[in-house]
Amino acid sequence: MSDEIIITIRGLRNSFGEQVIHEDLDLDVRRGEILGVVGGSGTGKSVLMRSIIGLQTPDEGEVEVLGENMIGREEDEAKNIRRRWGVLFQNGALFSTLTVAENVEVPIREYFPFIKEPLLDEIAGYKIAMSGLPANAGPKYPSELSGGMRKRAGLARALALDPELLFLDEPTAGLDPIGAAAFDELIEGLKERLELTVFLITHDLDTLWAICDRVAVLADRKVVAVGTIEELLALDHPWIQEYFNGPRGRAALAGLKGR
Amino acid sequence: MGEQSTTSEPESGANVYRCVGSITIARAGSTQRELEAVPDPLTIDLGGVEKMDTVGAWLIYRSVRDRGAKVINVSSEVCGLLDQVADFDTPVQIRPEERPGPLRILDEVGGWVSDAGETLVGLVGFLGSVLLGFAAIVRRPKRFRINAVIQRFDLVGVRALGIIGLMSFLIGIVIGQQGAVQLQQFGAEIYTINLIGRITIRELGTLMTAIMVAGRSGSAFAAQLGTMKLTEEIDAMRTIGVSPIEALVIPRMLSAVVMMPLLSFYSMLITIIGGGIFCWISLDIPPLTYVQRLQEVVPMRDLWIGLIKAPVFGFIIGLVGCFQGMMVEGDSEQVGTRTTAAVVQAIFLVIVLDAVFAVFFSSVGWL
Repeated sequence: MSDEIIITIRGLRNSFGEQVIHEDLDLDVRRGEILGVVGGSGTGKSVLMRSIIGLQTPDEGEVEVLGENMIGREEDEAKNIRRRWGVLFQNGALFSTLTVAENVEVPIREYFPFIKEPLLDEIAGYKIAMSGLPANAGPKYPSELSGGMRKRAGLARALALDPELLFLDEPTAGLDPIGAAAFDELIEGLKERLELTVFLITHDLDTLWAICDRVAVLADRKVVAVGTIEELLALDHPWIQEYFNGPRGRAALAGLKGR
Repeated sequence: MGEQSTTSEPESGANVYRCVGSITIARAGSTQRELEAVPDPLTIDLGGVEKMDTVGAWLIYRSVRDRGAKVINVSSEVCGLLDQVADFDTPVQIRPEERPGPLRILDEVGGWVSDAGETLVGLVGFLGSVLLGFAAIVRRPKRFRINAVIQRFDLVGVRALGIIGLMSFLIGIVIGQQGAVQLQQFGAEIYTINLIGRITIRELGTLMTAIMVAGRSGSAFAAQLGTMKLTEEIDAMRTIGVSPIEALVIPRMLSAVVMMPLLSFYSMLITIIGGGIFCWISLDIPPLTYVQRLQEVVPMRDLWIGLIKAPVFGFIIGLVGCFQGMMVEGDSEQVGTRTTAAVVQAIFLVIVLDAVFAVFFSSVGWL
């Protein structure tokens, strides 16, 4: 992990009608780290991710990704930055009319239309294998896949362009513990090999303990604390204490120490 | 772009391909071409590589695997990438298996036939379960969901009044105008009234209403039930012990059956009013004469023919709409295709039945 900052958020404000989700929110993400984002339901974790990747225009504030300001950019300019990140949505968000292999090929075709079909198929096959899908998954349609496989296929698509930055929205939600642990390992392995920076929204305490370098806590409309879990445990914030020292938090920690 | 370049230069004895700068997906096409251009035996010099991604590593790895290329000057980072690529080199199926030409056509035709057969069998089966549902309600009237039915009456009937009224009014004018143009050639404009009266009451009122209801409500039935099927609401109902046929299908079908004759009668009235206004303004036939003449030329059994057909059409529209909705499985795209199928099949069946009715009523002497 270097000290280079890859995402900078300053003074972010998001609201839906009367309801203010974020107010004066600051956050930095460093290159090469896995940053876990936690918070109670409705604290705007997904909205924060959507603001960073440009799906949600904030009321106020600055968002800088990979050194480029993201707010109010023209679609054409933003495209060059979009190429450098991959996003895995909560339910995979695979294109339902395309097969898994075609889903993986979509971003490659979009940005590099000159790559020939056989090479494209090889790249897609390689990404599919890398994300841990079985060899016969390529020609299947998303509706024929289980939830865990759909997430892996979504990950394969997110990794299609060898991104520097990976956004994951609850990647292990709805997976069985074995599948979730395998997914954690997969993400950590990919991060090591591909020098990824990962922005990871999760509720999964095991994931936080196992792979996150730092954790950002969303509460009271802002990021109340960022740091390693040990640093967070030393803080006196009631929600953080309840989160990490509650029965599930302690169980996750015990499980990790037992390993 | 000055940041990278790849050069190839045949040296004495061995063909060396030197990679310089970045070898990434952005240069995948040209790198592949250049690699292919170098004859065997190939040596790849990775000494000058500054940046490599998995696609670049794949290209190098592939040359080693398929052509026995030698790789020299590998840094530890690049070596890691190459190892990683090698780890995941498993044959992955990309495309579905396809049969050769003529077999594929047979395959597709077979698929259509079996689809059509399954739809027909499924529709008959669905009809059976709907009839059983009706029977259950007749035996235990307490299970009848009156509120759901009334709500459907509103959605299918009352809210359709505006659009069906407008459509009927315009059709009345069109029939009158087109008829008058032809009949004037024989000086027989007065027969425009016969035309409007008989065609509307016997055929068009019911048929146009059926098409409108199929487009408006049949599609809505399919989309609503299909969405509920996808979100597992229907499964949830079953587990709670509520029969989806009783709770969802029967209110919808009943509303279509009851509302169709009422809407058809309303449509006939408005069409006749539209035609009457045209006759009054354009042909100078006063409304009183128009009504008197209608009473003389339109027999009462025309009205019965029109109204007998209406609930049957309503039944078909409701049945096909609900059936297609319940057939949705898998993904959200199915909701769209099933909704389209519901409308197309309902209108098709309505027109087929209309033809059957026309032949039947003629042969029993109701001319």
